[in-house]
Amino acid sequence: MTDTMLSTPDGVGADYYRIGAPVADTQAPAGPIAGKWTQRKFDASLVNPANRRKLSVIIVGTGLAGASAGATLGEAGYHVKSFCFQDTPRRAHSIAAQGGINAAKNYKEDGDSIYRLFYDTVKGGDYRSRETNVYRLAEVSANIIDQCVAQGVPFAREYGGLLDNRSFGGVQVSRTFYARGQTGQQLLIGAYQALERQIAAGTVEMFTRHEMLELIVEDGRARGIIARDLVTGEIETHLADAVVLASGGYGNVFFLSTNAMGSNVTANWRAHRKGAYFANPCYTQIHPTCIPVSGDHQSKLTLMSESLRNDGRIWVPKRKEDCEKDPRQIPEEDRDYYLERIYPAFGNLVPRDIASRQAKYMCDDGRGVGPMVGDFRRGVYLDFADAIARLGRPAVEAKYGNLFDMYARITGENPYETPMRIYPAVHYTMGGLWVDYDLSSNIPGLFVTGEANFSDHGANRLGASALMQGLADGYFVLPNTIRNYLAKGPYPKLDADSPAVAEARANVEERTQRLLAINGQRSVDSFHKELGHIMWEYCGMERTETGLMKAIDLIRSLRAEFWRNVRVLGSADTLNQSLEKAGRVADFLELGELMCIDALHRRESCGGHFRAESQTEDGEALRHDDQFLYVAAWEYAGGSGEGEMGNPVLHKEDLVYEAIELKQRSYK
Amino acid sequence: MNLTLKIWRQDGPKARGELVTYQVADISPDMSFLEMLDVLNERLNAEGKEPVAFDSDCREGICGMCGLMISGEAHGPEKTTTCQLHMRSFKDGETITIEPWRADAFPIIRDLVVDRSAFDRIIQAGGFISVNTGSAPDAEAILVPKPNADRAFVAAECIGCGACVAACPNASGMLFMGAKVTHLGELPQGQPERAMRVQAMVATHDGAGFGGCTNIGECSHACPKGIPLDVISTLNADLRKAKSGRF
Ligand SMILES: Cc1cc2nc3c(=O)[nH]c(=O)nc-3n(C[C@H](O)[C@H](O)[C@H](O)COP(=O)(O)OP(=O)(O)OC[C@H]3O[C@@H](n4cnc5c(N)ncnc54)[C@H](O)[C@@H]3O)c2cc1C
Ligand code: SF4
Ligand code: FES
Repeated sequence: MTDTMLSTPDGVGADYYRIGAPVADTQAPAGPIAGKWTQRKFDASLVNPANRRKLSVIIVGTGLAGASAGATLGEAGYHVKSFCFQDTPRRAHSIAAQGGINAAKNYKEDGDSIYRLFYDTVKGGDYRSRETNVYRLAEVSANIIDQCVAQGVPFAREYGGLLDNRSFGGVQVSRTFYARGQTGQQLLIGAYQALERQIAAGTVEMFTRHEMLELIVEDGRARGIIARDLVTGEIETHLADAVVLASGGYGNVFFLSTNAMGSNVTANWRAHRKGAYFANPCYTQIHPTCIPVSGDHQSKLTLMSESLRNDGRIWVPKRKEDCEKDPRQIPEEDRDYYLERIYPAFGNLVPRDIASRQAKYMCDDGRGVGPMVGDFRRGVYLDFADAIARLGRPAVEAKYGNLFDMYARITGENPYETPMRIYPAVHYTMGGLWVDYDLSSNIPGLFVTGEANFSDHGANRLGASALMQGLADGYFVLPNTIRNYLAKGPYPKLDADSPAVAEARANVEERTQRLLAINGQRSVDSFHKELGHIMWEYCGMERTETGLMKAIDLIRSLRAEFWRNVRVLGSADTLNQSLEKAGRVADFLELGELMCIDALHRRESCGGHFRAESQTEDGEALRHDDQFLYVAAWEYAGGSGEGEMGNPVLHKEDLVYEAIELKQRSYK
Repeated sequence: MNLTLKIWRQDGPKARGELVTYQVADISPDMSFLEMLDVLNERLNAEGKEPVAFDSDCREGICGMCGLMISGEAHGPEKTTTCQLHMRSFKDGETITIEPWRADAFPIIRDLVVDRSAFDRIIQAGGFISVNTGSAPDAEAILVPKPNADRAFVAAECIGCGACVAACPNASGMLFMGAKVTHLGELPQGQPERAMRVQAMVATHDGAGFGGCTNIGECSHACPKGIPLDVISTLNADLRKAKSGRF
């Protein structure tokens, strides 16, 4: 499958990766973009209702993407096995989403349309997403809202009883549906209830506190998983006609992120090691308005809604000497409202990546505020004094009260009196397993949905569109595309002791035993934190060639040390949270390297990926469409043991823009 | 801060448990309660002792995974989840007792981790609106008066943490169940199944080992989301009407 190429134009690549055959086909139907989805649904084979019971699907994950798919396939009559590592499906990380969900309903008659949502998403993704998938996302978005309302999701309403919308993330139309600051929670509860209804009906079998640790591939097809029962420690084999990964994003490779503590890459990474391509792993979204790190003990970061930037003004002191002062004592003329200064047209509302990077520059320049963490102050002010003077405190309270309370609870400071401090944090990963138009990976029978795949957000995701994607995939897209695959089944019965199963089981058992046997000096968390520091420093908001090469070296030696020196206590046959974490961190230690290699090879800046070598004269991101207008789909190249990786193989999927014209972003 | 912790340790569902005393030093008031336990666990690991098992995931107060009895109070002294509790709520030198939720319906799995799957079974019994994917009418076809939408929302905020059960002297799950009955019952979409829902949920609740409600109100007091006690009134009213066929 691979042609080895000795070097990329700049000569760096040869040491790190090889170039393989391009991705030939994304399986999208021919014809105009607006007709493709209808065509595909029509072309997909049907499965006789009486046969559906005999066809089984494993779904890993019960977030928006997994719970919606599980409920829908269960309702259709397939036999579904659903897995999550939490104690109930309702706790998946989707629950934490605050802001809202987009849909092209045009209820406000403000000129919204499927095409506009499609256009905004492609542009927001900095022209690095696949047109056909994004168009379909916009197309099915309206149905999502209908489905959720029918389930009883309590979206915000106006006095007339109609649904309310807001504008979100800098777009000019109001297309975001929301449920106070708890949209993710309410949408997930809706999907969870639909899933529980199918569990009661017997179509869905639920496995909570179970973790998928291996994918079973037989005869080139995905046929099942190996999972560990996290309570008893038992290693279980689950077989099916198809496997769906809806296992979420991998932002926790940075240790600190806004993701839930348990969010991890293991399901995806294990599939990658079995041959599934990992696409654009370096595309990471760093969100500008998070509560800063308060010390070394920090276990996670908390996001505050982006809506705060609508009324808050962001600044740092002009002089380093003022950074320790009480901000209220710093007079107006000594403050630098840097976003308003640099981007007079958009001011504090510039896109997430720009706001984040500028905050970093200010702190790197020694003008950060708040406590010293290490030898740095990592924070900038988000000041509501003007808004309170202009609108009055009650109005500010009505709009942002819950966010101010959250801030006060976490920091112990009163944001009505002193300006808040914010700092960027890792929030979302646009990269993920490569999928085609049907959401199928390159391994037949393995489908990937939600944040776990790469398909819709290009190099940067717009606010309120991850919830939309998760539910679009699970309620409307996957059930139609997987049907075409299942219609060719049932696939030959697989024996529980066939070589493919035995090999996968042995892998899991050996790895577990090995982790417990090392009995070294360092805790799992200490490795995870160190990896996080490396990733944040060299593969975070700004990336350089030398930095990335250094990071790869550091990660390789850290990974080697992990397998020599980690200490995991306890046994394999009980609830053992250190063991769970150890397996996840071991996979992050491999993923981190791939992310750096991907970032190194992409010598352009696009969306959340900023390569310092590729910027305009005034310091803005510079894309190179002539060289990089493609999806980087990486094939795992093996290695002889745990923790060893060969040079991955790059398969390029050229991006073809037919409906939208390519442009450079500009916010000046 | 320096603290004395008395933590419930129990190796497995059938093992005997006991309170074990640990000292922790140099705790920052800015740490969250669970970060303080992380610090303890790092130290235990370094000493070759197994870390304390406890549940958490979002650490933002929304997933409902965390939940500890802290010196006798569910989620501790503030009206919030355990993960959103910070050490500044405690005094230097204080002794803190940390136990799992205690209720027959929530058996202990290990240390501070309990099995709350009985809540899922209550939802399976009827905590949903039966609408298959693809069969929904346009969202604006269903008008919901704002007062109903608002009350449904307040009830829908329940995170399924189980503090209400842990705080209740009867270990009753009525607040949790009342929240769901109220959420769906306030909405036009929830009407067709209203009678069936409440009866099936209550039957499952009673069979799962939860106790009855005697209107003490500890549940609502302990609830991190402030689910009001009147959802139980709604539940009781619905149950009465369902039994007498008045829906
Ligand atoms: C704080 C925050 C706020 C956000 N706000 C918004 C917003 O306002 N609007 C928006 O559109 N997006 C928002 N997002 C992004 C959005 O919430 C997520 O991208 C989306 O919910 C992901 O859904 P998912 O179903 O793909 O995965 P998840 O919800 O992450 O679910 C993953 C599931 O996989 C399971 N799992 C994972 N690995 C395994 C394994 N190995 N074995 C078994 N089970 C496994 C987990 O148990 C879980 O059930 C926000 C994200 C964060 C962090
Ligand atoms: S009612 Fe309150 S205390 Fe009970 S489960 Fe729901 S959120 Fe937790
Ligand atoms: S960990 Fe999610 S609510 Fe506490």
